[in-house]
Amino acid sequence: MRPVIARTDPAPSRLRYRLERMRLTPSYHRLLRLGLPLMLIAGGVGGYLADEARRTALLDRVAEIRRQIETRPEFMVNLLSLDGASPEVAAEIHDIFPRDLPASSFDLDLPAIRDAIEGLPAVAEAALRIRQGGVLAVTITERTPVALWRTRDGIAVLDPGGTRIATIGRRGLRPGLPVLAGDGADRAVPEALEILAAAEAIAQPVRGLVRMGERRWDLVLGDGKRILLPETAPVRALERVIALDAASDLLARDLVRIDMRLGTRPTVRLSAAADEEWWRIMNAAGVPGISSGAERQ
Amino acid sequence: MIELYESQRAMRALRKAAIQRGVVAVLDVGTSKISCLVLRFDGTDQFTEAEEVGRMAGQAGFRVIGAATTRSRGVRFGEIDAMVEAERAIRTAVQAAQKMAGIRVDHVIACFSGAGPRSYGLAGSVDIDGQTVTEHDVSRVLSACDVPEIGDGREVLHAQPVNFALDHRSGLIDPRGRTGARLATDMHMVTVEADAIQNLAHCVRRCDLDLAGVANSAYVSGVSALVEDEQELGAACIDLGGGSSSLSIFVRKHMIYADAVRIGGDHVTGDISMGLQVPKDTAERIKTFHGGVVATGIDDRDMIETGGETGDYEHDRRRISRAELIGIMRPRVEEILEEVRARLDAAGFDHLPSQQIVLTGGGSQIPGLDGLASRILGQNVRLGRPLRVHGLPQAATGPAFASAVGMCLFAANPQDEWWDFEVPVDRYPVRSLRRAVKWFKDNW
Repeated sequence: MRPVIARTDPAPSRLRYRLERMRLTPSYHRLLRLGLPLMLIAGGVGGYLADEARRTALLDRVAEIRRQIETRPEFMVNLLSLDGASPEVAAEIHDIFPRDLPASSFDLDLPAIRDAIEGLPAVAEAALRIRQGGVLAVTITERTPVALWRTRDGIAVLDPGGTRIATIGRRGLRPGLPVLAGDGADRAVPEALEILAAAEAIAQPVRGLVRMGERRWDLVLGDGKRILLPETAPVRALERVIALDAASDLLARDLVRIDMRLGTRPTVRLSAAADEEWWRIMNAAGVPGISSGAERQ
Repeated sequence: MIELYESQRAMRALRKAAIQRGVVAVLDVGTSKISCLVLRFDGTDQFTEAEEVGRMAGQAGFRVIGAATTRSRGVRFGEIDAMVEAERAIRTAVQAAQKMAGIRVDHVIACFSGAGPRSYGLAGSVDIDGQTVTEHDVSRVLSACDVPEIGDGREVLHAQPVNFALDHRSGLIDPRGRTGARLATDMHMVTVEADAIQNLAHCVRRCDLDLAGVANSAYVSGVSALVEDEQELGAACIDLGGGSSSLSIFVRKHMIYADAVRIGGDHVTGDISMGLQVPKDTAERIKTFHGGVVATGIDDRDMIETGGETGDYEHDRRRISRAELIGIMRPRVEEILEEVRARLDAAGFDHLPSQQIVLTGGGSQIPGLDGLASRILGQNVRLGRPLRVHGLPQAATGPAFASAVGMCLFAANPQDEWWDFEVPVDRYPVRSLRRAVKWFKDNW
């Protein structure tokens, strides 16, 4: 028997053909594979978060979980260990430390703490590190005091850079440090230290250095003698004084000032008694053509 | 010829764009089957315009990722006959191939065998401008070819420069940069009926595809079925198709002649159907399973059940001997081959240095055909199968797919055509110059 059903047409209809072509378009493929799931997820999340209460609950939960993690003992800092700090500086650091320990290491802002510690005058440098076991290790490099600076306000302790480290009440508290005086002395501390080092060779005790006119130094000796040093090469001038002392016993004489400001013409001023004595000897000897300043007055 | 330039150049640009995008489909519109292959160009070697056809190593750049074949409907003698039916068949093939490839194709290169292809040999020569031949000289010499009267309603399908001669030196492939005084060229032009191209373009457009190129199937089967030395030394490729048998002659790697005979395998089937009083489908089945062209003693005893569904027992239970079947098929096959012989003689094939003949196409699978063909066409006959290309399914490697595979090679390594060169300025119509002047006047 001949089959009644007609043979079906294998050709797709125009619509099916077009749909199939659309399905095979790469961009449509991507949209279906990637875009649609993304859109569904975004829609679901967006719908869930549209409610204010849910949003706050979610944020609260996140904050709570965060707090729990931060306050775990592994992250807590219990101890502040100071290394290389003198007791006074350590006390000061304890004073200015911004947080109460124990605190979570997430809350500690180490750069800020370091800045605060380095803001202390006595601290040159500070290195902070959270060590295992909840210890905040602070390694301090202190400024070394090299001189005292007597001003109208009191006595300041200076480091080589001229920074004021501390203020002390009496000079006797730091007997080992030399004394500087005069305006602008803090700006020339290295020079002062060089001069003082050169002055070691003088037998008499040195009382200190006075900055004159913010440009040159006077060296004051223990018996009140002043050596006026020039602006340039003061150490060399001082060495000349020492050489003169060695040659003609200059410092043992009854002088008030040794003026080295003009290198070609060192000048000395005698004390009043020595002056009298000098004139007496001169007059007695009858040296003509020499007159004293006293006579002119 | 200017409007032809335009449409062919537009198609060439589309093809280039498609290959840049990486996916292009080739469509072989035959009388018995429509096959569609989807090619992916991976861009490993660049699409170069100057590539010659026949460079067999140049096919590494593409891969077949989809292949589909469907029974053809609405196509007769290799031309589209019923538009809607043909469109549906094309749609079926394209959809199946797309599905296999998993990607949508927008550009399709099509070939067909019918529409009365005619071959013309053109010659032209010019004095070259400077010392050496430039691209401009090449385009000038191409434009200088005398175009014969091709007749109303016909269109140029291929126009390929096959030879260049510079002064007395002939046989140049690429004359650019050579020194000389007078440049001459020989060009091979194939024209077909314009309606056939229009119908094909319409069907393809109805399938939402862009037609990015049209080729003659005689040419593309020759590209795939002839091996390189055959193309070089001279050979004829005979594509025995369903509705028409097309032939192309190649020498020096260029096609120099193309023609088609409007008889094919479908006529053999029709003869069997009429002679044995069986339906066309049964006749086709009997032809493919039991057909042959050389009868031997055993064929008298080889009985074939014809089958049938008329309900008449005597009619439905008939048995015929294979010798009878061969007796029906052989005259028609001989007729086809005689006709092809006549066309080859008309083309002057016997003057070629090599007389190689390659039979391909679905009809070449008839057992014993090579023996018959060597008696009619000449001694050097072989059966040709298409070149192997990457990714082609096993089912599509037979000789019936010679033109489909040839289309792949055609897409990958296109031959230089006339319209690939710039139109010389003096050939531009006055109208467009006037338009340019008008545009200047309007805008300044």
